[in-house]
Amino acid sequence: MQPDREPRPGTAAARPADPGAEVEAARRAYEEALARYREALAQSPEREGLFTTLSGLPVEPLYTPSQPDPDYLAKLGFPGEYPFTRGIHATMYRGRLWTIRQFAGFGTASETNARFKYLLEQGQTGLSVAFDMPTLLGYDSDHPRSLGEVGREGVAIDSLEDMETLFEGIPLDQVSTSMTINGPAAILWAMYLVTAEKQGVSLARLRGTIQNDILKEYMAQKEWIFPPEPSVKLVVDTIEFGSQHVPQWNPISISGYHIREAGSTAVQELAFTLANGFHYVEACLQRGLAIDQFAPRLSFFFNSHLDFFEEIAKFRAARRIWARAMRERYGAQDPRSWRLRFHTQTAGCSLTAQQPEVNLIRTAYQALAAVLGGTQSLHTNALDEVYCLPTEHAATLAVRTQQVLAYEIGVVNSADPLGGSYLVEALTDQLEAEAEKYFRQIEALGGVIAGIESGFFQKEIAEAAYRYQREVEAGRRIVVGVNAFRQEEDRPPEIFRIRPEVEADQIARLRRLRARRDQGAVTGALAQLRQAARGGANLMPYLMEAARCYATVGEIADTLREVYGEYQERAVI
Amino acid sequence: MTRRIRVLIAKVGMDGHDRGAKVIARALRDAGMEVIYSGLFQSPESTARMAVQEDVDLVGVSILSGAHMTLLPPIRQELDRLGGGEILLVAGGTIPPDDAAALKAQGVAEVFTPGHSLEAIVRWIEAQVAAARGQAAW
Repeated sequence: MQPDREPRPGTAAARPADPGAEVEAARRAYEEALARYREALAQSPEREGLFTTLSGLPVEPLYTPSQPDPDYLAKLGFPGEYPFTRGIHATMYRGRLWTIRQFAGFGTASETNARFKYLLEQGQTGLSVAFDMPTLLGYDSDHPRSLGEVGREGVAIDSLEDMETLFEGIPLDQVSTSMTINGPAAILWAMYLVTAEKQGVSLARLRGTIQNDILKEYMAQKEWIFPPEPSVKLVVDTIEFGSQHVPQWNPISISGYHIREAGSTAVQELAFTLANGFHYVEACLQRGLAIDQFAPRLSFFFNSHLDFFEEIAKFRAARRIWARAMRERYGAQDPRSWRLRFHTQTAGCSLTAQQPEVNLIRTAYQALAAVLGGTQSLHTNALDEVYCLPTEHAATLAVRTQQVLAYEIGVVNSADPLGGSYLVEALTDQLEAEAEKYFRQIEALGGVIAGIESGFFQKEIAEAAYRYQREVEAGRRIVVGVNAFRQEEDRPPEIFRIRPEVEADQIARLRRLRARRDQGAVTGALAQLRQAARGGANLMPYLMEAARCYATVGEIADTLREVYGEYQERAVI
Repeated sequence: MTRRIRVLIAKVGMDGHDRGAKVIARALRDAGMEVIYSGLFQSPESTARMAVQEDVDLVGVSILSGAHMTLLPPIRQELDRLGGGEILLVAGGTIPPDDAAALKAQGVAEVFTPGHSLEAIVRWIEAQVAAARGQAAW
């Protein structure tokens, strides 16, 4: 057992001396919270569906201890109530299932547009855009550095023209769109907002997310443009603009996914992600934003990896840590500011090249962990992603995996079904305690940016990755098909290939655009952007104006490179 | 007395996935090799130049972006042009089997894909460098 945590307000420290009165007060608080929960439940409609077992026994929306201990409310509470350990909605999946959101993007905008329409027909409920490397790094497709990379790992977007093609025939008030973009997130978001304008959709009706989490780029994914300080300034610009004009949009998805893929442990993923979250919150407060003005739209993105119970505990601990920090440290009053909402993707790094069909099984368990952990949306990896972007068949199986979870196996009928498990509760407490150790260490280092610049996070992650690989090689960790249960592979998997002409097509399209557009307007918009960047204004209106004039991603990023400079990493092994 | 095996581990192109490169770098170092890590975002030219300047026995290039067919052959050509013809070039990453065969035909000595063990990679390098040095009459 773990030693008791420090007392928190409302738990041990606040208890009266008389044990009888203590028990009575705890009982009363519990009854009151239960009544609030029942009231919330009564007001939240349930989906159509049979909430019974296959043998016909009723399944309750929530199960609770028959004899709640005094810490129950402080540590767990009820779903939809502070500290949200058991989930952010009273009804959880009885009210609404998670969003099936498969990441897709390759080749040109029109090819990805066709894949989007296919996925929507298959029952996917939200779009998720993968951009190619040149777009992610703020280069046009015809930049010398882009050679060989155009349209390969995602879709190539050079200008508003490509963004309009990407969403052609998809009304932007009917879908929610997630965009995995970080360094140039503000630029691509500006293009999306202008695309909506041109479709006649008001910004207030747009729903979706830009990843826009630059701090984890320096730590793990390594797709940056500018140094940390101006990059965080751009993030705050988007959060501020969103809070004023795009109120249903998540201007950031604070991401542990890539930290984990780079090799971190679950504890590191949890701690570094939330530390980044706190950094953004503090940057917004310094800008002068009120906490409850922006905090409800902050969102998160976690990995769901192989260790089933540890992952579930991680999601639960993340909600509890965030809720407490937002309420107690940052003084948020609006309960929506306390709620940690998150997207999950299953662990790409857990997939194996050997016996790739087995990846389907790994992914299914990881998806189950995400659902038992209360995720709001989910991407399940396709079984062939070790080799290539998913084939259509593999992509369909990945969606079907989520549909089995959602409709067949009954795990959606009751909120936080593992709440109260001795194992899961102990792990939740342990992960929280370990994360808090890292928070103290990061603070002692001088904060997140100082830790990035000194290579602290990069080194912690690289060490964890190496330790894991050593354990696998030594046979102390079994990976089915890799260091045990091997078999001769008789047939190579079918490979999804990008058309080789994509790069030339995209470059030709870009050059036609440059010849056709009003160059004077582009130059003018970029000059205004440069001036605004030097003056420190919120850049979103200037980025939207540049997008309207069909300035390219590379031109806009270059304008900002002039002002902000470029980041150089100190390489550490 | 033979000198220790010197290796350059390089990340080329726009791909920032450096987990594999770092794990390999540590494993080779633990196996007694001298390891230089290029850092991210190298070009084929800068990689070849670094390899020749550092007088390495082998360059290991990690690519997970799918750009391997574009980025690897120029490294071989540039190594040869700069007088590094004896430097072994190997690749690691998500490289499909057909592409691996094509790369080998263009002077890439070996392609390591996910699932190759660190130990096997170390043994392969030791054997190949010993053979190369034998031919170079050490």
